[in-house]
Amino acid sequence: MALYSEKVMDHFTNPRNVGKIEDADGVGEVGNAKCGDIMKIYLKIENDIIVDVKFNTFGCGSAIASSSMATELIKGKPISEALELTNKAVAEALDGLPAHKMHCSVLAEEAIRAAIKDYYDKNGIAYDKADFPDPHDEEDEHFTEED
Amino acid sequence: MKTIYVDNAATTAMSDSAVKAMLPYLKEVYGNPSSLHTVGQVAKEALENARAQIAKRLNCEPREIYFTSGGSEADNQAIRSAAVNGARKGKQHIISTAFEHHAVLHALKKLEKEGFEVTYLDVHSNGIVTAEQVEEAIRPDTALVTVMYANNEVGTIQPIREIGEVCKKHGVVFHTDAVQAVGHIPVDVKADNIDMLALSAHKFHGPKGVGVLYCKRGIPLNTFIEGGAQERGRRAGTENLGGIAAMAQALNDACENMSANAEKQIKLRDALIDGLLKVPHSKLNGDRKNRLPNNVNISFEGIEGEGLLLHLDARGICASSGSACTSGSLDPSHVLLSLGLPHEVAHGSLRLSLSEYNTEDDVKAILKAVPEVVAYLRNMSPVWEDLETGKKQHLI
Repeated sequence: MALYSEKVMDHFTNPRNVGKIEDADGVGEVGNAKCGDIMKIYLKIENDIIVDVKFNTFGCGSAIASSSMATELIKGKPISEALELTNKAVAEALDGLPAHKMHCSVLAEEAIRAAIKDYYDKNGIAYDKADFPDPHDEEDEHFTEED
Repeated sequence: MKTIYVDNAATTAMSDSAVKAMLPYLKEVYGNPSSLHTVGQVAKEALENARAQIAKRLNCEPREIYFTSGGSEADNQAIRSAAVNGARKGKQHIISTAFEHHAVLHALKKLEKEGFEVTYLDVHSNGIVTAEQVEEAIRPDTALVTVMYANNEVGTIQPIREIGEVCKKHGVVFHTDAVQAVGHIPVDVKADNIDMLALSAHKFHGPKGVGVLYCKRGIPLNTFIEGGAQERGRRAGTENLGGIAAMAQALNDACENMSANAEKQIKLRDALIDGLLKVPHSKLNGDRKNRLPNNVNISFEGIEGEGLLLHLDARGICASSGSACTSGSLDPSHVLLSLGLPHEVAHGSLRLSLSEYNTEDDVKAILKAVPEVVAYLRNMSPVWEDLETGKKQHLI
């Protein structure tokens, strides 16, 4: 299908790291069901290393593929590296996303950030709040009247 | 892998007979119907022959048929013409419904920007507007009522005859976008009191890029495309003769076989609806009875439609969805929202639109694939998890 790259289709059809971690150290959920995308990321962390990561996603093909790719990119990596993951890196790793689907990669970046923040909060680890801005309100952005 | 095509509301495959009807005009009968010489006059004869056939099927005069590039052009021309002619008499009010095709809605939006006032009637949860609603909305300055014959997404058939009567009684021009209806259910412009009607050939196994605007004698019709005397000066441009001939053939076939085709499709449709509604937390969108023979539209809670479509496509099943992701915008279908569906439920919709080419085996394959894919997607959906763990309430 020409809409998506082969990589997107591969990660959509055979998503990596689907599921939940029952005793996760950090959980992040972003998005809004009204807008058609919700991403939930579970992290298992040992000595500042993300030893395991799983996701659950409600969303379109690119949302599922972005979740899958983002989890692959941070698995086994130190938290500091995961925090540096950008939505662009996710999209590039997927050989690109259509312009109107770029927000899916943004969600993946935000979900990982939210899960790490949850880990910090649960463990009383200090962090700079500026590194964890509230994910923008999806509703405002999405519900613009068609012209 | 066998392709199972169930997206016939988007477009249909051309029939063999329509292709056959088109072929002579691509090569042998190449003349311009406007030319005086013999080659041109042979083409002219074929053009008028097609016009007469189509007129007969709609129960109107040949001179009331204007060939266009398709349904969208016909809708645009009809609406703009009726609006402009209404405004000349000081009438700047239009009545329509919330769930028209964008060819109508966008034309109306443009008119609103130009000073027209449009009343969009509620289509209720069953996707049907009533003649009483239309009558209540009519004002002394109403220039036009435009209500689609049958909805393209949820397949609901509107009470066009009754609405036509109301319009006639109040002397208001009545236009209907009949793109999904013509060739599928009986349409008779006289009996239905229709002043203007749009149809498109590729919805009934004809070619793309050709359609008809029916405009009743006495209803003024302004030219939309300038540049020549074709179509009695109402639509310039050398006629798409091959397309027109194929459209006439396809319409003849569709009308001749209408009841047999409908009977077959209704059987398949109902098997699909009954089978798919067995999936827990699913819902049929649109009225069950007043429904096109070929339309199935079902929402599955907790999933998003595009994922469903991609997985079905991987199994050879071509369908469509009202989810935001398939519309190219981030909002789900305006049709499903107009029926009062919550956004979350509209995102998880699946439209299957049949043709007489579909079989019971197709239905079996769909009834196997869809529940499997829905279950798979629900299993990875955080929305579904919240619903199942009671964190959120099921909406359907």
